[in-house]
Amino acid sequence: MKIVYADNNATTKVADEVIAEMLPYLGELYGNPSSMHTFGGQVGKKIQQARQRVADFINADPDEIVFTSCGTESDNAAINAAINAFPDKKHIITSNVEHPAINNLYKHLQKTKGYEVTFVPVDEKGFLDLDLLYKSMSDNTAIVSLMWANNETGVLFPIEEIAKKANEKGILFHTDAVQAAGKIPIDVKKTGVDMLSLSGHKIHAPKGIGVLYVKKGFKFSPLLIGGHQEKGRRGGTENTVSIIGLGKACELAKANLPIMDTRVRELRDYLQTQLLEKIPGSSVNGDLEQRLPSTLYIGFDAVEGESILLMLDREGICASSGSACTSGSLDPSHVLMAMKVPFKSAHGSIRFSLSHYNTKEEMDIIINTLVPVIQNLRDMSPFWKDGKMV
Amino acid sequence: MWDYTDQVKDHFLKPRNVGELEGANAIGETGSLNCGDALRLYLKVNENERILDASFMTFGCASAVASSSALTEIIKGMTLDEAAKLTNDDISDYLGGLPKAKMHCSVMGQSALKKAIANYRGVQILEKPGQMVCECFDVTDFEIIDAVKANGLKTTEDVTNYLKAGGGCGQCLDRIEEVIESVKAKG
Repeated sequence: MKIVYADNNATTKVADEVIAEMLPYLGELYGNPSSMHTFGGQVGKKIQQARQRVADFINADPDEIVFTSCGTESDNAAINAAINAFPDKKHIITSNVEHPAINNLYKHLQKTKGYEVTFVPVDEKGFLDLDLLYKSMSDNTAIVSLMWANNETGVLFPIEEIAKKANEKGILFHTDAVQAAGKIPIDVKKTGVDMLSLSGHKIHAPKGIGVLYVKKGFKFSPLLIGGHQEKGRRGGTENTVSIIGLGKACELAKANLPIMDTRVRELRDYLQTQLLEKIPGSSVNGDLEQRLPSTLYIGFDAVEGESILLMLDREGICASSGSACTSGSLDPSHVLMAMKVPFKSAHGSIRFSLSHYNTKEEMDIIINTLVPVIQNLRDMSPFWKDGKMV
Repeated sequence: MWDYTDQVKDHFLKPRNVGELEGANAIGETGSLNCGDALRLYLKVNENERILDASFMTFGCASAVASSSALTEIIKGMTLDEAAKLTNDDISDYLGGLPKAKMHCSVMGQSALKKAIANYRGVQILEKPGQMVCECFDVTDFEIIDAVKANGLKTTEDVTNYLKAGGGCGQCLDRIEEVIESVKAKG
């Protein structure tokens, strides 16, 4: 069965070029990049090149790039460094739609370290309450940390504007750019963020590699204390193969940015228009404009997400849902709840997230499969009769 | 990944007895749109209180659909007295078992059946006894005590898996813990 992969916010295919770049270092070029000998040193040189490529991707200096094991580690390292740098400041500001990767860390800090955390709410479009955000900033605030793009809705926060406000008040600012990277341009110099997290597997590099950008001049303290690797900012022998792969992936992502904004956006818009037109009682979650070009989070009234996903899965279509039943919890996604999306469509919300590997034919497969699937489930639903909600 | 038995998959993909039932003389409804699953059960009962036919309409995940489908198959031909004795485990067993986090789907089937029987007999289901614990899913302390005793539940997570209680806003988790402890204390 042909797989139609439309779950790129979950993970992405490792690009062939990335695999080709990594293979020699998985094989005969196994030296330790820290070694004195030429055999190891050549791996060190290759890592330098990768660091440069990552830096070029976000307009940073190579010295500002710290390789980590994943986005979650980058987020944890950023918050950890902030609270170590300002031990007397016991307040953190974030939003109520953050990824669990960082949300659970805040809950941990609240519970065990007595931190006060302001979870700034979003409106029904997924936009932050900026007034409340700015009013919450105080001398006691150790860090403001916000995701750049939401993993479920794809809605973008105005990171540049917020970073500027934080800078003015002398408050550290971190952004989790895991979903934004490779989909919209990222320029850390222009944006003025202090720290920024990236994840390899969301941009066609392998899983198990992440990046924390740390602005020059910030007194960073490591989360993982060990050897001198990453200039003492992250101990542990480098994940050489994945770092090299990530370097290549960043180079490709930079080159592919215009495709994201044109061809991928057109595919997403085509899928969106067709589904809204062909399926009554459907609605898009989140703002339509301030949104990643590749994400479509669409809710269907009176049906449940897990059932939809299972039926799509039978046809080889890979997507995600914000449904309770797929997450092990019983409430629909915290993002949809924060946006006050009505229950009638929240439980039946499906996220399609595209990449430049997707085609128009695949969009048609999704459309032609989804229309009867929703009909079939509605025929079974006690909340749907004669073409509308009851 | 889907952690379902072949029977669950079969009853989800090819549900038996879907739709409104012509000539139904008993209906039982449980769950709601807000909860994320709901079941409406239709029964056609003869003068000897035998279930001649049954059908369902369900909003919910695969195991909710499968549990509903299984329920209708199990009860067809039973008398109401026989059907009244059906437990959620009977539904789960019929499907070769349900994942732990989905046990509430079988509980939902049992609950709809009870309501349908009461509906046929014209019995009002009385206001639930006990104190409300979980507002999100309308679960009382008595229900939690019953479920803990009947199924040997040990943790709040177990209770959530069976009754959904605590699976919403989570504010009642401490209270659920207390109820579990009280059952343990009494042995």
